[in-house]
Amino acid sequence: MTQRAHRAFDPSLLLLPAFALLILLFVIPLVWFFVGVLAEEGSVGAVVERFVDVLTAPGIVNALVTTNWISALVTVLTLVIGYPIAYYLANSTGWRFALVLFCIIVPYFTSVIVRTYSWMVLLGRNGAINQTLLSLGIIDAPLQLLYNKMGVLIGMTYVLMPYMVLTLYATMRSIDTNLVRAAYGLGASPLYTFRKVYFPLSLHGVISGALIVFILAIGFFITPALMGGPSDVMIAMLIERAVEITLDWTSAAIMSMALLAMTLVLYVIYYRVTDVRRMMGA
Amino acid sequence: MGRARGATLSFYIALACLLLMVPILIVCVLAFSGEGYLRFPPSSFSFRWFAAFFGDTRWRQSLSSSLIIALIACVISTVLGFFAAYAFVRGDFRAKKIVLSVLLIPIIVPHVITAIAMYFVTAKFGLIGNVVWIGFCHAVVTLPIVVLILLSSLQGVDINLERAGLSLGGSRVYVFRRVVIPLAFPGIMSSALFAFLASFDELIISLFLAGVRAQTLPVRIWNSLHLELEPVIAAVSAFLIAVTGVVLLFDMLLRSLRDAKATGKDGST
Repeated sequence: MTQRAHRAFDPSLLLLPAFALLILLFVIPLVWFFVGVLAEEGSVGAVVERFVDVLTAPGIVNALVTTNWISALVTVLTLVIGYPIAYYLANSTGWRFALVLFCIIVPYFTSVIVRTYSWMVLLGRNGAINQTLLSLGIIDAPLQLLYNKMGVLIGMTYVLMPYMVLTLYATMRSIDTNLVRAAYGLGASPLYTFRKVYFPLSLHGVISGALIVFILAIGFFITPALMGGPSDVMIAMLIERAVEITLDWTSAAIMSMALLAMTLVLYVIYYRVTDVRRMMGA
Repeated sequence: MGRARGATLSFYIALACLLLMVPILIVCVLAFSGEGYLRFPPSSFSFRWFAAFFGDTRWRQSLSSSLIIALIACVISTVLGFFAAYAFVRGDFRAKKIVLSVLLIPIIVPHVITAIAMYFVTAKFGLIGNVVWIGFCHAVVTLPIVVLILLSSLQGVDINLERAGLSLGGSRVYVFRRVVIPLAFPGIMSSALFAFLASFDELIISLFLAGVRAQTLPVRIWNSLHLELEPVIAAVSAFLIAVTGVVLLFDMLLRSLRDAKATGKDGST
């Protein structure tokens, strides 16, 4: 009798509580927010009109361009800076491996607000970097490193670097180094070997890493809000302002839908090219 | 030639590691500053900013809000995430990969959008500033983390041990309690720790839902950063870094426990 009870039980049912939470506190709020706000426009025609109005407003078009531009730059920066780090991780052992991994993991799990704050302290007018450069006589006047695009790029690259390095590392770890040795044995130069053998083998990690960094970057809010200047407004900041300052819920909903659509399209691509279980770099 | 290249790479890695750690270290140094304003390096050291942090009732209030919210989010997401991960490992249903990727969406969707949608609903129910409610909302974004960690740790649990338990007459619940949970225990604990940490450090959802009553530590830091870079923020930040350190340390211990279990199992078969 107990045997029958075992067979009747389907472990798949254990998914239900998690999905219940997701539906109640994520899906329903999102749908309610979008539908509730847009319903106040009255007719479908009015909604379409508002969509066109909002998404062609110069401020918002500007923010969308800035968002994509900053995200693309951050993606390239994390890739270029992170690639050698991931390579080193994949090809070292013992204390060197542990030390480099430690330097990636500690910032990764530190609060974004704390990491942003620390860069504000470093890059400020009287910050550590300016004071050091001034005292060494390298510069005469403090450099403007904060509240401009430079600040946003430094902050966001720092915050997103661990995602890139860990994703690249996951791919590089499984590259067979005998292939590299074979290329050397056949007389290939290091550069040629890298271009024709190692890089193509790591390409999967490059694409996955670039996608996850870009996806996270376009929704960024904390770092650009604190480190950017007036011309570095990203779309997530406009959404927050629309709700907190101008109380323009309709614009907030329309911008959110646009950003959500961009994110989900990229997520579908990410889903196709990579194993979603690796998302957190595990 | 090869050696020169190796040296260049080592130098680059050393520099990169330095750059990765400097922001963390500088905050910790500043937290012990003895000065009344922010300057690096400080000319004297003291605990005055930690005293200011723990001595201020409003900061203490924020600390307790953060703790309560993180504990609620941690318990809910660990329990639901464990069930979900178990369903993925043992369940037999179609399109597993798609179902999993749907469950992970809350990490991908910009938190600003999630936060505003939750705020919209929360305001309607008059639940702004309710720590229990905020804990439930945090659970939405900590749940995917738990599922990801537990997926890999449950894969290490041998299904034959469960089958053996069932065939010896144990009930599902009994086998769950006496076989599955003990074997997956290190993984469950580390997923709980990271869920706690993710909620403890979360800013954007808290920012919208906290109101004036339930401001968490990250929200208080955010509010202060808009006004002035006061040194007490360094002390609070150092505290948050210390919490991260403790979580990572515990995770390391749990990992060695898990590895010990794995080798023990291999040795017996």
